[in-house]
Amino acid sequence: MSTNTKNSKFKETVYECWKNKNFMIGFVILLSVILIALFADFIAPYDYAQQNVGPRFGKPSGDFWFGTDELGRDIFSRVVYGSRIALWVAFLGGSLQLVIGVAVGLACGFFGKWVDRVLSFMTDLTWCIPGTILALAVVTLIGKGLTNTVIAISLVAWASYARTVRAKTLSLKNMAFVETGKAFGESNFSLMVRYILPNIIPSLIVMVSLNLPGTIMSTTTLSFLGLGSQPPSPDWGLAISKGIENITRAPWLSIFPGLALVYTTFGFNLLGEGLRDLLDPHMKSQ
Amino acid sequence: MNEELLRLENLSIDYKVKDGYLSAVNDVNCVINKGEVFAIVGESGCGKSTVAHSIMNLLPGGNEEISGKIIFKGKDLRECTRQEMEAIRGKEIGMIFQNPLDSLNPVYKVGDQMAEAILLDKVDKQEAWNRVIKLFKDVKMPDAEERVNSFPHELSGGMRQRVMIAMMLSRNPELLIADEPTTALDVTIEAQILQIMKDLKDKFNTAIMLITHNFGLVAEIADKIGIMYAGEMIESGDVFEIFAHPTHPYTQLLMQALPSKTKAEGRLKTIDGSVPRITEKKPGCRFANRCPYAKEICLNENPEAVFVGEGHYCRCHMVGKEEK
Repeated sequence: MSTNTKNSKFKETVYECWKNKNFMIGFVILLSVILIALFADFIAPYDYAQQNVGPRFGKPSGDFWFGTDELGRDIFSRVVYGSRIALWVAFLGGSLQLVIGVAVGLACGFFGKWVDRVLSFMTDLTWCIPGTILALAVVTLIGKGLTNTVIAISLVAWASYARTVRAKTLSLKNMAFVETGKAFGESNFSLMVRYILPNIIPSLIVMVSLNLPGTIMSTTTLSFLGLGSQPPSPDWGLAISKGIENITRAPWLSIFPGLALVYTTFGFNLLGEGLRDLLDPHMKSQ
Repeated sequence: MNEELLRLENLSIDYKVKDGYLSAVNDVNCVINKGEVFAIVGESGCGKSTVAHSIMNLLPGGNEEISGKIIFKGKDLRECTRQEMEAIRGKEIGMIFQNPLDSLNPVYKVGDQMAEAILLDKVDKQEAWNRVIKLFKDVKMPDAEERVNSFPHELSGGMRQRVMIAMMLSRNPELLIADEPTTALDVTIEAQILQIMKDLKDKFNTAIMLITHNFGLVAEIADKIGIMYAGEMIESGDVFEIFAHPTHPYTQLLMQALPSKTKAEGRLKTIDGSVPRITEKKPGCRFANRCPYAKEICLNENPEAVFVGEGHYCRCHMVGKEEK
């Protein structure tokens, strides 16, 4: 009986996901990116760092689908391997920002008073320093490299999460069900994590979907400035910036990594939009 | 039977407002024994809910000043640490609220929400789930096995209040504070909820603090009654005693204002005037401006609670000193 109802609930959920076109398209896009990243070794015809597999600045052709770059490396292979970097950036950056932003926002909104004053001040502080400059400073401090770049960007970019979470917490903490939870002996931690946080998740998901592309882009910017990924990394941002030098002669150097970036970003956005609609508990009954 | 469970001693709560202090509760004394139903009755804004929330230490915090003692099982709750309070809430003192419509966490199924409260008592999941269904049946939830899988927004107000009561029952507290539990519900549901509370009292010897403005409810279930006016408990005592012999002028007028079943008298009686806003501690009885018997002393001196009869107290200058 209970497995039966669970089964039909599951089917219902799958059907609702299927109906939501945004979600499905975003899901398929991201799934393809993830699969490409996972099976890069099988998909890519060449190693991403192997030089002179073809001519320098070779046009896209049957052998080299996306052409070759200034060192004669296969751009298709590099784009394929680059997906790993983009996903790693999205995952690391997204989780770092979420963890910091949610923790700070919840604490601000829930405890109020001096906790709110101090933490909100810190949050506002990150807003009044230009993000890229601050990230540059942090990278200079902790050293070059992709992971450090992502950490630097996350240390700058958590503020938008913190603000949203704080505002939502402020309105939610006065809701009757939070008071009920309190009256039933729930601890502050439990009230924050189990009563308030789940009600913020729909808005957080939308924020993540909008912020992840931003994180990927910021990392790209820092790579462009020479602080992020270092050659011969197949990072899309690095590839775009290298390609700029030859944009008139061989535009495919920048175009294909750029398209890959757009494709991934687009996937994140659509998935976020779709998830927002699906996760709203009020939509479920309809 | 007459074991003392909760005692409020000179409880006063002031809110800091722009133009000084708003005296929400002033010098409230009462005792609730085990297995007893104590009803607090009063009009809107007289401080009933503030008293209830102060017991649970659930006041918003920040701008109120509390004085007096809240003694639960011999321990002053105001001196408890946060952890001690968390242990008392739910387990020893349960509370159900006025508005069941948004008292439940909207993101969990009601069964899961309840199971969690039970899991706090260290039982395994299957056992907890069985107890959830049993409790749903106890509160006469129609279709209990199905309803545990519902989200709060899928239930009606009466069902949600049943869930609230079931949740509260799951912890089996010694004192239940019911803050206008049936105000948002219709009369048939009200009767059922009332029956559930009665059963609770009989079965588990649970003491209930019932906050209401409905005298019908009081007559139905309460053992003792406290009548509040503008933050003061102006009269308290045995419910039959007070219904039969109200001594405070406000209580008397209140009783006269009740619609009577036996006579059709046209318009209902009302009490002239309105509740004063107590922003400063003025001398004088708070009811004086509306009291038909008000004398000079009533305007100048706030009366003390005087003993009228067995457990019956009244705050009025006219009582006990001379016959009206």
